[in-house]
Amino acid sequence: MLLISCPNCGPRDETEFHYGGQAHVAYPEDPYALNDREWAEYLFYRDNTKGAYAERWVHSTGCRQWFNMLRDTVTYEIQAIYPMGATAPGSAAPTTNAQAPEGASK
Amino acid sequence: MVETAAATANTNGVREARRSPAAHLAGIFEAASLEGIVEIREIPFQTMAGIRVRRDSDEGRRVASVTGGLPAACGEVVERDGVATLWLGPAEFLVVAPENAHESLGGDLVPALVEALGDGQGQVVDLSANRTVFELSGVRARDVLEKGCSLDLHPRVLKAGTALSTEIGHIPVILWKSGEDTFKVLPRASFTDFLGRWLVDGMREFASPEVP
Ligand SMILES: [Zn+2]
Repeated sequence: MLLISCPNCGPRDETEFHYGGQAHVAYPEDPYALNDREWAEYLFYRDNTKGAYAERWVHSTGCRQWFNMLRDTVTYEIQAIYPMGATAPGSAAPTTNAQAPEGASK
Repeated sequence: MVETAAATANTNGVREARRSPAAHLAGIFEAASLEGIVEIREIPFQTMAGIRVRRDSDEGRRVASVTGGLPAACGEVVERDGVATLWLGPAEFLVVAPENAHESLGGDLVPALVEALGDGQGQVVDLSANRTVFELSGVRARDVLEKGCSLDLHPRVLKAGTALSTEIGHIPVILWKSGEDTFKVLPRASFTDFLGRWLVDGMREFASPEVP
């Protein structure tokens, strides 16, 4: 059982949360310009990182708010928790993902 | 808003027609309750309103003037005149009030909240039928809850007047510590039967003499 520190509620059991997949996947600036392959890659293709991985979580049983987490996929160590819209700590990659999952509030 | 209700309550047959989600467990609750040790009962038909509004907005301040304030952080509860407002999220709150605060029994809580919100950003939804309230009380109440809840319920951490959204027996609930030895547990209606029986099961050991 992971113990996840919700930015609003503090440490809670993993079962109170839902996983939202890879973080910082930008919505295409012009979706109509994409061909089928590019669109499929946007929708379905995700990194399969061994090590530190930026992902989205929602505290669904608690405050129902989304946040980002940097988690090691090998050790399960949670390295950082940071707000939606922020850049992953230790990464120079710009955060372009303004699109939260359906029903999400920021 | 509450005091206007007494005169009109029960005049329109609404009260008699209602069946609470745990009505069928009343006998089981009574049989399971151990006076002075741990007792359980349902407090049915509470008036509840879900509010989504930003606290720091004009509409938030208007809504706060009806409820007596909006709690600022996780766990906080604001209480005024029997109306409690629980923090559910940074811009989400649950108002819990007595049954007769509902307009079906002559109250005006929900319309007053709707009016206060006005055209502002947010929502007020009548959630009175969404959850019921279990009251678990007595010196062993905490021991019963600890069997199915992983939060730290020790009084040095969880103070009276705190309400938290969490899980008990894998059921999403609002756990509200309303007194030193009194907990209110708010499950959604469809989980009421399961959670009621879960709590009764957790109470059973205290009916037997303690094994030294
Ligand atoms: Zn939370």
